[in-house]
Parts: sequence; C-alpha cells; structure tokens
Amino acid sequence: MSDKAINALAKTHNKQKRKIRRSFGDYVISFITYVVYAIFAFVCLFPFYYIIINSISANNLSEKGKVIFYPMEIHFTNYKNLANIPGLTQAAYISVMRTVIGTTLTVIVAAFLGYMFTRETMWKRKFWYRFVVATMYFNAGVIPWYLTMRLLGLTNNFWGYIFPMIVQPFYIILCKTYCESVPKELQEAGEIDGAGTLRIFFSIMLPVIKPILATIAVFAAVAHWNSFQDTLLLMTDEKLFTLQFQLYQYINKASSLKALVNTNASASSMAAILAQSATATSIRMTVTVVVVLPVMMIYPFFQRFFTKGIMIGAVKG
Amino acid sequence: MEISRTKTPNPRQRNLRKRRGMIEFLYILPFLILVALFSYFPLYGWRYAFHDFVPPTPISSETFVGFKWFASLFSNPVKTADVIRVMRNTLAMSGISLFFSWFPMVFAVFLNEIKSKPYRKFVQTATTLPNFISWVLVFSIAFNVFGSNGAVNAVLKDLGLIDRSISFLKSSDNLWFRMWLWLTWKNAGWAAIMYLAAISAIDEQMIEAAKVDGATRMQIIWHITIPSILPTYFVIVMLNIASFLSNGMEQYYVFQNAFNQDWIEVLDLYVYNIATSGRGNYPLATAISILKSIVSILLLTGANGLSKLIRGESFI
Repeated sequence: MSDKAINALAKTHNKQKRKIRRSFGDYVISFITYVVYAIFAFVCLFPFYYIIINSISANNLSEKGKVIFYPMEIHFTNYKNLANIPGLTQAAYISVMRTVIGTTLTVIVAAFLGYMFTRETMWKRKFWYRFVVATMYFNAGVIPWYLTMRLLGLTNNFWGYIFPMIVQPFYIILCKTYCESVPKELQEAGEIDGAGTLRIFFSIMLPVIKPILATIAVFAAVAHWNSFQDTLLLMTDEKLFTLQFQLYQYINKASSLKALVNTNASASSMAAILAQSATATSIRMTVTVVVVLPVMMIYPFFQRFFTKGIMIGAVKG
Repeated sequence: MEISRTKTPNPRQRNLRKRRGMIEFLYILPFLILVALFSYFPLYGWRYAFHDFVPPTPISSETFVGFKWFASLFSNPVKTADVIRVMRNTLAMSGISLFFSWFPMVFAVFLNEIKSKPYRKFVQTATTLPNFISWVLVFSIAFNVFGSNGAVNAVLKDLGLIDRSISFLKSSDNLWFRMWLWLTWKNAGWAAIMYLAAISAIDEQMIEAAKVDGATRMQIIWHITIPSILPTYFVIVMLNIASFLSNGMEQYYVFQNAFNQDWIEVLDLYVYNIATSGRGNYPLATAISILKSIVSILLLTGANGLSKLIRGESFI
C-alpha cells in the first residue's frame, strides 16, 4: 500500500470519528450555550435600551412604567429641556475639560516616564522605578489624602481633578514594557547621529509607541469621565461638579427639579402638555442618557484597544 | 563598527555617562515629586490618628493622645458593635466575590465554544460594555429599571405576579448577594477577556490530538482548556485575597440608603461616613485606614508568598 493510500485512509477514519463525536448531545450543548449567552447579552444591553426609549417616549406614559420594550409617542422635548436643568451645562463643561486635559497629560507622562525608565544611564533608575510602581500597592486612606489635597490648595480647584491622576504607575509599566520591545538599534542609531535623550524620545520613540498610547488614552479618558469620588471628597463649589456627580444629585432630587425644567411649556394641546412636560422619571432618564452616551458611542469602535490593554496588562511589567 | 556595551569606558566617557544619567534623572524629577506629594506625603498624615484632631485647630504636642483612637475601637461598646457590623459586611461581600470568582472563567470557556465568530464578538461587546460606565450610572440604571415604576415591576405586574410594586433598592433582603450581582453585571464580561486570551494561547495541536483520540467537547474543556487557564485563575484569586478588605466605597456609597445602611456599609464606606457625618471624626477614620493598610499589606505579601510557593512566580 502506498503512502498516499494510507494517508487517505487515515483521513476518512478521522472524519468518521469526528462525525460520530458531533452527537446529539453536542447539539444540545451548543443550543443551550447560544441561548444562555443571548440572555447574558440581553441583560447587559437592555437597561441601556430601556433608558433611551424612555427618554424619548411620552413622559406621562414612561412615568407610569408603560414604556418597556418599544418607544411610545416619540418626542425630543426632554433633550431640549436639558438646558433648563441647573448646573448641567457647567457640569458637562467640567467633565469634558477634565477628560481632555487629564487624558492628554496622563498619556504624555506615561509615555515619557515609560521611556525614561528604560534609559540604563539614568541615575538610580531601578530605585526610582520602584518608587513609582510601589504606589500601586498602598494607600494612605481618604482622610490623609484629603488633608494633603487641602494643604496643596487643590480642594475646590479644577486642578484637583488633574494633578493626582497625572502619574499612573500602571500605564507607565505598559509603556516601559512596550519600549523594551522596540529594537535597541533604533535608539542606538539616534545616539550615533548625536540625538540627546529628549530628541530620541520625541523623534524616534514617540512615533513607534503610538499603538500603546492609543490604548492608554482610551483607558485614561474613561477613567476621567467616570470619576466620581474625587468630586465627592474635594469639591463643594457647584461650579466644579462633574456630570457624574450632578447625575447623582439629580437622581436624588429629581422631583424638585420638575418645576424648573417646565418653565417654557410650548405644547399646543392638553395631551401634548402631559406627554411633554418633565417628570422626575424623564429627568433622570434623559440625564442618564447624556452621561452614558459618550462611553456607549466610542466603545464599539475602541473595543480592540480596551482588549489589547488588558492583555498587555496581564503580562507582568 | 560595533558599539560594545561591555567595553570599560575611559574616565572621560564615564564622567559623560554620569552627567547624562543625572540629567535624565532631572527630567523625571518633576514627576517623582508629584508621586511623592500625592502618594507618599499622605502617609505623613497618619500622625493625625494619634491626636485629638478637630479640623480647624492644628495638632500640637497638647493634642497628642497616643493610641486612644485605636483603643476606642475595642473599648467603646458602640464603636465595637459598629466595627463588627462593618467587618461582617466587608468580609461577607468579599467572601461572596471570592466564592464566585470562577464565574468569569466559566463564562469565557463556554463563550469560546461558540463557533459563530460574529455572535461571539457580539456577546463579548455587549457583556463588556457595563464595565466602562461608572457606579453612579449603574445606580441610575438600577433606579430606573428596578424602581417602583421601572421595567421589572411593570413586567411583574403585567404578568399578575405582584399587585404592588416591590421596592428592590430599599430592601435589605439578600443585599450582599444583590451587590455581588451588580458587581458581576458590571465586571464579568471584562474579566472574561483575560481568560479568552489565555484560551487562545492554547496549542491547537493538543486539541486536535485529543479530537483524534476521540475526546468529547466536555472532555476537551475539562482536560485541556481548564488546566491551561488555571494559572490565570490562580493569579486572580490571589489578587482577590490581597484586596479582601478593599471593596472600594463607590458602589456602596451610591447604593446606600436609610433602609439598607446596616448591611451595605463596608470598611471603605464606613471610614468615609465617620469622617463626614456630624462633626467628622478624622482621627478615628485615619486610625481605621492605618489598620486596614497594615492588614492589606500583610494579605498582599501573604498571597504573593503563596504564589511563589505554589507557582514559583510572584505577581507583584
């Protein structure tokens, strides 16, 4: 028997085996898996869908819990009325500003320190690296931290959102690991051409490590956007409240906001007034949509960055 | 010409190298100062735990009280009861998390069994989304979906299962477990990604070989997939143990109310609450933070030591 024939025989044999193994039981398992994961996906997505359809449905219906699976009597008055909610525009401004400024600084510093900690010439490099990384593992507690912030004049100060979050050890580890994976020859070539430490960073390394910076930027932006605790601890001035913080206030006092929002009733009929005038529910739902929407919008596009981040993070720095 | 790293540099070169090293240090110095200010300097604030400190008045040798605040945790019956209650909540909720820590792993294993790639991607995207919203938003969603006129009550009423709305958020029944459910809703999909990465690193040939030998899917999962990702699971469990006392306060802060306070107050939230309620007891809050830090460090080094012992590898 030739080799070919033996191979062919082995192939059919394998096929048969595999065929036998795809038994009825396997199909049942497949079916159950599909259904169970459909339920998981539904549980994760439905709340978002539910809030969005409620924010655009007739307010008197959503207030009574009538809008569950599809929108009813669609209108957008709730979104037009957002401007009447006190503090919301200012909070949106603060949230956007801290996200933009904070993310930019965090990313640049992570890139720079990540690179610098690969410079073997640096004085006591290993020590300073540990000095930074060690901070991931301890925490003085909220009160000592608050008192420090007060001492530094960072309470009721916009920069209180930015400065403590600039140096992030975890991102620095990511950058350092990434820099180490870049061929040494690249830096050496720069050095032979007489480039200094900074020049090598800006002209050679920064363009090369862009992929990891994109990942870090997305993480840092979400962290800034979602941050709640620092407002709670540091800020008493309403002008500095973030969207997350204001949302929490609105949830708790939505009923008292109704009157403020309903100042300019422009609806034509009684039914329209009922459907469009704000209720506690409509205010809560609409503001929630506004706060969650930026994350939901960017998320599907940036998912690969998020995924990459956690995978690199899984490799010890 | 090759640039040799091992060549002993002459004194001039060595000086140049030294100077360069110092300059490089100066570049990062501003950021080291930031780290010192925001991470190390607060440790100096631990001294407040040893004083009768009432905010506007600065501490001095006259306000020094030694271990009074630490002792008060055990000698003052009201405080002792508080601490026991808070520790009960903390340990219970961390314990539930630890007990169910296998869930994301199993979630990943069976997600990997789905053959349709678009469907798998869809499930992954849908289940990781909640990880990226804040606890305030989770609470808002909970309020809207589980509130007295929310979707859950509306559906239950339509089905005729209940006559009056159930106030889920105000009840303290199964509170620990419900807090775990929210935590899982938010994190499980995300935690699963790590396992999916580990699964994709499994040698395809091993699975093929098993198939040839006639292994069923369940056998492959049990004898190949799970053993391959157990090291990842082990690290997760160790990290869980290391942060046993640190549940964070945000989730519990937003979900707390007068009705569930006794069951939801964990250590981190308790520290915040005693510092902010009434006149604000800063020294006591700091004393508890100190104790918590010491125990946390012990747990971390313990878990790390265990990891070294079992896997021959540390995780910090």
